[in-house]
Amino acid sequence: MLWTLILLPLLAGAAAFALRRGVATRTLLVATAGAHAAMTAAAWMARPAAVLFGWIALDEVGLLFLSITSVLFLAASVYAVGYLRGEHGGDTSERVFTGCLLLFLAAMTVVTLSQHAGLLWVAVEATTLASAPLIYFHRTGRSLEATWKYLLICSVGIALALLGNFFLAVAAGAKPLVFAELGGLKGPWLNAAFLLLLVGYGTKMGLAPLHTWLPDAHSESPSVVSALLSGAVLNCAFVGIVRVQPLCGAFGRDLLVGFGLVSMAIAAVFLLGQADFKRMLAYSSVEHMGILALGVGLGGAGAFGAMLHAVNHSLTKAMLFLVAGNILAFYQTKSAVAIRGVARVLPVSGALWLAGLLAITGSPPFGMFLSEFTILKAALDQNRSVVAVLYLLLLAIIFMAMTTLVLRMAQGDATRPRQRESALAILPPLALGAAALALGLYIPPALETLLRGAAKLLGGA
Amino acid sequence: MAETVLILIVLTNLRLLGASRLGASIRTVAVQGILLGALALLAHGAAPTWGAVAMAVIGMALKGGVFPWLLFRALRQADVQREVEPFVGPIPSLLAGIASFGIAFWLSRRLPLPGGGEGLSLLVAVALFSILAGLFLIVARKKAITQVLGFLVMENGIYAFGVGLVRESPVLVELGVLLDVFVAVFVMGIIIFHINREFEHMDTDELATLKD
Repeated sequence: MLWTLILLPLLAGAAAFALRRGVATRTLLVATAGAHAAMTAAAWMARPAAVLFGWIALDEVGLLFLSITSVLFLAASVYAVGYLRGEHGGDTSERVFTGCLLLFLAAMTVVTLSQHAGLLWVAVEATTLASAPLIYFHRTGRSLEATWKYLLICSVGIALALLGNFFLAVAAGAKPLVFAELGGLKGPWLNAAFLLLLVGYGTKMGLAPLHTWLPDAHSESPSVVSALLSGAVLNCAFVGIVRVQPLCGAFGRDLLVGFGLVSMAIAAVFLLGQADFKRMLAYSSVEHMGILALGVGLGGAGAFGAMLHAVNHSLTKAMLFLVAGNILAFYQTKSAVAIRGVARVLPVSGALWLAGLLAITGSPPFGMFLSEFTILKAALDQNRSVVAVLYLLLLAIIFMAMTTLVLRMAQGDATRPRQRESALAILPPLALGAAALALGLYIPPALETLLRGAAKLLGGA
Repeated sequence: MAETVLILIVLTNLRLLGASRLGASIRTVAVQGILLGALALLAHGAAPTWGAVAMAVIGMALKGGVFPWLLFRALRQADVQREVEPFVGPIPSLLAGIASFGIAFWLSRRLPLPGGGEGLSLLVAVALFSILAGLFLIVARKKAITQVLGFLVMENGIYAFGVGLVRESPVLVELGVLLDVFVAVFVMGIIIFHINREFEHMDTDELATLKD
């Protein structure tokens, strides 16, 4: 079962490179995404057995992030069909695009399933390599620059994580690097290992000040890729940190709280006066990765909040990037200043854009309100009032910055006639948005159990 | 014997920092890759396992043969000038290299090795020096291809650390790491080709449109 989950997208990706016709590759993409989602759903019913000496196994953290990845990929693949039809990039570039997307899914699946530190590293680096050609899909000078920065900064960052793995191996002595067996280690080697792993995976996750590649890559890649980068890849790097964090105790927690607050602060600074709406979404991802780090760093109820927040952020941010893709496709500009009256010209996208704004800034009744509130409560319960005040202050600044920009785009008179929007372009973001809303009103018991289990693996309650 | 190899690795790093020709730099990194394979064999003592020998040979073939071939191909296709074009000249680069060797040596004394020994401490110093030298090359050189070389030198340093200290790393994981590095160099080679076609050269200081 677990092998199928990995091999299916891998083989489909290889096959996509060989297919001649655009229709065939698109069908393959959606079919694989559907099958992957179905298998993930089956894993909720009956947890599949571990394979490869227990290196590949599905625990609560793994199932949670696997499900996020799978749902997002399904939505993105449906959206991609409409996107590729409209793009007329030629069969070759479409083949490469689809193939890389599927290989990317395979790599992300391995990340979520890895229980071995070395295997996890290999998979995280593989996600970087499979996604680099996706960013370069438009073949312009700007996308080239973004691809080069992404490839180089993330590869160097992740190389540091490899060094961290070796340090971990030194600290572990004769034990194998399987996370479940590494408890109870101590000493300078372990702390140095955690620091290197945090910097390494933190680069890929977009924690400030290591986030410099992120706004470029997210703004220059096709919107469907941005949605996956932001909603799924950043999570994969986060999984890397989540796996090692319980080994390291208080030292690691304080570092995570620090990185979290710095990321939120940097995001707030760059969101104020931001004129490019895709870069706005990218900096918002930096902010939310900061919130995730903060939640895990606080521990306890904060860890539960962080897990819930990861789900909410992925759904909402992927939806926003897909809607941004619709706006960009129509207006052909990423400058928020040049766009007015989206709500009138593109009624569905405009409404989703506004709803997405409310969701991403943590307004009730969306799910993100609940998770951000849980993390705040964790900070207050631990009497860390400075952390709580900074957290609230930064959230408020970001709320104002993003609202100004999004409202200006959505409101105003229609400068162009009202458009008909295609179902492929609006149904995926609509579904993601509905899920983000539903999670604010009701958390299903199965999900609650899973989130509790994942938080428990993190040493939380 | 292992000490000799380590000292040779230090010399390749210094040679790279002082080099002014791209071709010479690529060849130096290739030599370093082969030296690393030798180090991996020596680290396993008199009777290395078949897995260890296979990994060392695959590593040598990739780093000493395939990577230089890929990079020379990118160089030929791109038809670039063969100078390194540094932000920081060769002499200051060498001085920075010597300083970072000092830092690496100091750091290696500070980290107490479990079951330590004089030879291992030298190995840690050399590994850290390679990592620092690689990072320096990435930051201080203009051409995209020299940044790839810097990335390889850094990766070599990490690999040296791994073969010296971590006796039993599983073959599967090691293969995965090598595969990742291979694909990384491959993809970077393709991107370099496109950078050159788009901008008529491959200086990364022209890649500065995207900023806030």
